[in-house]
Amino acid sequence: MPRIMHAPLAAPPAILAEHLTKRYRKDAPPAVEDLSFALPRGETWGLLGGNGAGKTTTIAMLLGLLLPTSGRVLCLGHDMARDRFTALARMNFSSPYIALPHRLSVAENLRVYAHLYDVPRAERRIAELAEQLQLTGLLDRPGGELSAGQKTRVALAKALINRPELLLLDEPTASLDPDTGDWVRGWLERYREESGCAILLASHNMGEVERLCSHVLMLRQGRIVDQGSPEALIARYGRDDLEQVFLDIARGRRAAAEAPA
Amino acid sequence: MSAPARALAPGRTGSLRASARRVWGLMYRHLALYRRSWPRLVELMYWPVLQMVVWGFVTAYLAGVQHGVGSVAAGVLLGGVLLWEVALRGQMGFSISFLEEVWSRNLGHLFVSPLRPQELVLALMGMSVVRVLVGVVPAVLLAWALYAFGLWRMGPVVVAFFAALLLMGWAVALGVTSLLLRFGAGAEALAWSVLFGITPFAAVFYPVAVLPEWLQPVALALPAAHVFEGMRSALLEGVVAWGHLAWAFGLDALWLGLMGLVFARQLRAARERGALLNIGE
Repeated sequence: MPRIMHAPLAAPPAILAEHLTKRYRKDAPPAVEDLSFALPRGETWGLLGGNGAGKTTTIAMLLGLLLPTSGRVLCLGHDMARDRFTALARMNFSSPYIALPHRLSVAENLRVYAHLYDVPRAERRIAELAEQLQLTGLLDRPGGELSAGQKTRVALAKALINRPELLLLDEPTASLDPDTGDWVRGWLERYREESGCAILLASHNMGEVERLCSHVLMLRQGRIVDQGSPEALIARYGRDDLEQVFLDIARGRRAAAEAPA
Repeated sequence: MSAPARALAPGRTGSLRASARRVWGLMYRHLALYRRSWPRLVELMYWPVLQMVVWGFVTAYLAGVQHGVGSVAAGVLLGGVLLWEVALRGQMGFSISFLEEVWSRNLGHLFVSPLRPQELVLALMGMSVVRVLVGVVPAVLLAWALYAFGLWRMGPVVVAFFAALLLMGWAVALGVTSLLLRFGAGAEALAWSVLFGITPFAAVFYPVAVLPEWLQPVALALPAAHVFEGMRSALLEGVVAWGHLAWAFGLDALWLGLMGLVFARQLRAARERGALLNIGE
């Protein structure tokens, strides 16, 4: 009997968002409207937009923290409406706007999340992350006594405790000095290369997005108004850097390639 | 994934062991908090001990004024104070542990972790038991040392009274937590006050028959009223009122089921409104 050779099944994208719409009130305009994209595994994508463009709403829907009005999200192949806990165990999230308990020490905080994510050999994993993120000397310090940079590194350690296959980062270098911000960006680059983790990054730091992201989704008034690699976007708008592209989009200007002659 | 990476990969999240570990993880977070904050520990014991001291003197006075009847009344009053503290501390232990997550703005992290809502509830119940034991045991020992009143005078049925009141405390706490999810930290005063409002109808210090007739059905819909009728029966007549005990547990099941549904509904509503991200603000 001849053997049937199957082609290896392609892994589903890290995130598949299909026609996501969120309307907080029936009489209000949608915060996010008809958002569709597929983040491939192992890539870092950026989610850019001004205040109120829908970034936080989008991230909250991707995490299952917010229910979409319509549309659906699949993270690592799991439908977040029906099977989110299986996906959540394999992904993680970090935001400077959600705190870790300040009175607990760094080690205690990480231990809590090691339990919640059912991380085997938790103490070894905590020591490993502490070494990689330069937290070893801080493990016994209460979280509330740390500097902004140290807190960011602890938040990253929490986000990596379960070796996530998908990482959602909301402004990972907000309120950091340039040196610490650069260190975090370099660390994230290396982590993605070594682990193959997919990263979705929301940021207002255009230099950061240019450096880390292979693809950028530009949001305005809840819709994706443009997307592409940072280089392609810069070329399309005839600009020198992504910040100028961001300003063009935020102010409703069209790409140079589309503009009437 | 390489072999070492596979060996270190998280276990299956659906297993009972993983679920127990998540419950423990959240309890560990609260236990670590108490270890680092002695005022929180003192606060747990302060009110039950204060209540016991005040009511202890009142009952000592009553027993001195009228021998016989006074000492019986003293036992019933002290028993009521101690058992009612179980319901109060049980409810507060649950609600305030949830509020700790709101105050530390940690809810967002918890709700994007694999922690299921039912595991969150179990962990809060676990912390409630810890808080009840830390708060009520010193008061029970004080009643015995200062006023020669032992809760165990009622017999083994006291364990059932304890459990029925704890379950009622959890049902009320689920309702309070639902209000926190609905109205945010603005509803936090309810975590301290809501059960005090039920005290007049719970027949803690007097029989249900003392209440106006139209109010008696309200009292009898509360598990606590049956527990305290049972307590008086045990202390005054030395009889276990099985009927009241059955009513207490039956009503506990009903209220817990009802409040569990309200909690699940409010949690879903909070996910629809996006309230889980900014509930502490």
